Amino acid sequence: MFEGWDAVVLARAQFAFTMSFHIVFPAFSIGLASYLAVLEALWLATGREVYINLFNYWLKIFAVAFGMGVVSGIVMSYQFGTNWSSFADKTGPVIGPMMAYEVLTAFFLEAGFLGVMLFGLSRVGPRLHFLATLMVAIGTLISAFWILSANSWMQTPAGHAVNADGQFVAADWLKVIFNPSFPYRLVHMVLAAYLTTSLVVGAVGAWHLLRDQHLAGPRVMFSMAMWMATLVAPIQILAGDQHGLNTLEHQPAKVMAMEGHFQSHKDGAPLILFGWPDQKDAKVKYAIEVPKLSSLILKHSLDAPLAGLDTVPRENWPPVPITFWSFRIMVGLGFLIMGLGLFSLLMRWRGMMYQSQLLHRFAVLMGPAGFIAVLAGWITTETGRQPFTVYGLLRTTDSASPLAAPAVGSSLIAFIIVYFAVFTAGVIYILRLMAQPPHPGEQGPTKDLPARAAGITPAAGAAAVEAVR
Amino acid sequence: MIDLATIWAFIIAFAVFVYVVMDGFDLGLGILFPLFPQKADRDVIMNTVAPVWDGNETWLVLGGGGMMAAFPLAYAVLMPALYTPMIAMLLGLVFRGVAFEFRWRTQKARNKWDLAFAGGSLVATLAQGIALGAILQGIHVEGRHYAGGWWDWLTPFSVLTGIALVIGYALLGATWLVMKTEGDLRERAYHLSWILLVAMLCAIGAVSIATPFLSVQYTQRWFAWPNIILTAPVPIAVAAVTALLLRALGNKNDHQPFFLTLALFALSYAGLGISMYPYIVPQSITIWQAAAPANSQIFMLVGVSILVPLILGYTAWAYWVFRGKVRPGHGYH
Repeated sequence: MFEGWDAVVLARAQFAFTMSFHIVFPAFSIGLASYLAVLEALWLATGREVYINLFNYWLKIFAVAFGMGVVSGIVMSYQFGTNWSSFADKTGPVIGPMMAYEVLTAFFLEAGFLGVMLFGLSRVGPRLHFLATLMVAIGTLISAFWILSANSWMQTPAGHAVNADGQFVAADWLKVIFNPSFPYRLVHMVLAAYLTTSLVVGAVGAWHLLRDQHLAGPRVMFSMAMWMATLVAPIQILAGDQHGLNTLEHQPAKVMAMEGHFQSHKDGAPLILFGWPDQKDAKVKYAIEVPKLSSLILKHSLDAPLAGLDTVPRENWPPVPITFWSFRIMVGLGFLIMGLGLFSLLMRWRGMMYQSQLLHRFAVLMGPAGFIAVLAGWITTETGRQPFTVYGLLRTTDSASPLAAPAVGSSLIAFIIVYFAVFTAGVIYILRLMAQPPHPGEQGPTKDLPARAAGITPAAGAAAVEAVR
Repeated sequence: MIDLATIWAFIIAFAVFVYVVMDGFDLGLGILFPLFPQKADRDVIMNTVAPVWDGNETWLVLGGGGMMAAFPLAYAVLMPALYTPMIAMLLGLVFRGVAFEFRWRTQKARNKWDLAFAGGSLVATLAQGIALGAILQGIHVEGRHYAGGWWDWLTPFSVLTGIALVIGYALLGATWLVMKTEGDLRERAYHLSWILLVAMLCAIGAVSIATPFLSVQYTQRWFAWPNIILTAPVPIAVAAVTALLLRALGNKNDHQPFFLTLALFALSYAGLGISMYPYIVPQSITIWQAAAPANSQIFMLVGVSILVPLILGYTAWAYWVFRGKVRPGHGYH
């Protein structure tokens, strides 16, 4: 099997597959960790039971999602070596330290405090427990900082030199870390994670409100989630626009592929809404376009000239159809999310927030929208970087390990089988948890209080919990 | 003598060692899982590590990530050479990692996730042991690339190291249970510790005898004069620790068996270090050849010197919070 296949193509398929599965979980747990910290803070500040119920409810879901994020993440950290060893050798001196800092500043922080966050409330008391929750939430954000910095360096490399062995080395660490696309990518991704989580929380709230609009927990979570969507979606669209302009400056070919601009336009480029990009014939078939709008968006002038892929050597073209379509899916969902936010604002203003079944149904439908948008966005930016791993400097074909196609093909099949089996089960368990509404007196992952909590007996732990109420 | 590459070799070795002993005992629990078929026992076993396993596994990410950063050439050569065991390890870790949460979320499929926990732990451990053997027996390198086939890792020696590690982790797991459980479960863990200790000593002996036959270099490193003055204390210390361990098991001590097993691991690990140093890919690439440029190593060294003590501090705190015996029906789940 796999004789005659291209080992590099298989390695790319494997990376894309394992990465796509992985990113779903951090995107959710970055937002959820922050949400849990907010819920616990509200509980500590107000003593209202509904907040601790919601906290415990989402904590169980967090535990399952976080576990899946961890195990799929370990795979990623080793795949640079197993499948992209030339890349690892050449970029290790630059990217390696950033990933090492991610482990040291983020992964350990999350892992170290996760146990206390999940199981330790009765052992350490509410305040120290809140500290643990906060550390986990901060850890997820620090993790995003480093990994997005590393990814951004691959997109817009800066602050580096090349040594005698052909390795990239850092000439200026600050320039490496704060490379040109990093601030934009960081903001865009963290907002995306928050939106993704708010859509999931909103959908779960709406699902239970559709059955019983008087439930306290679903009301609170739905309202919080809709505030998030209302406020953050427009900011996210603005951030995305800024990110796009940054890409135009540093990775013009990617924007040409996103826009489907095979040809250059001297006086105003059209915005192609839909169409079928044909890479071979270098044109977009069945295009529906708005004249000059692309120049207006990208250059803020109707008649501004805009270069097309005809100015880029063909061997440096990214795959246009994938980049073009994944971009449209992301943007389309972005506007739908903003629509949901605005609709919820209208219903809130009319006092119909918890009664409008139309709003609830819309929110349920939009539950997975964040995940799809995140995936589409990453596919846009990663595919648009091709055919390079380090943009303009290191080609993907020069990055792979010296492995035979059967080796990579077999591992790819193994990953597909295992991931579908394992993560499908995980998603089912999460959906099962979500199918129950949060109950009064909701328990966290701790069903029984630990018996010998030296120093803090269960009674004292319970008393500590009572004291806060 | 003490240069950056040497410092980093010790840091990576430290990270890998911490990983081996910490994930070692929780992988060991997975290996022992089939020997404890009762649900109540399994719940307790799982709960002894539920709050800390994730932190234990993070050291593996530090070992891998740190190696890519500090010795990118070694990472780039070793990973493709160990392709199959590495992928097997990663998939094994997926199964056992999710089992920690999944088995509490289902009644019907609980047995399946118990099997995933046991099977995943066994596969991951075997793969790690095989990878170790494959590194020791030498790797075919040309230029800056691995140049062997994708089955080179599989030899009788690597299978031996694989089995040895399974026994070692199982012993760590058994002595961990002695420390963390009570009653009948603890009795059985004692019993297992005896058997596993004997097996572990046989495994250490077999690997120690086989290693010098792999390469003249190992023979000279261990037996040539004057090296033998420095190397002889290692087997002597192994004998001493073994004696203490036998006594601790005889006394039915709570904590000593686990920590003495850790000492046994530390000595075996030191033995490996003596065999390999200064190579990071034996007989092909030294730590200096593989080292990342100084500014990468210095940049990380700053972080390591501040952060690792902090990490050790809050990790110790987490263990302290969950100290003591775990009783049936009083788990964290």
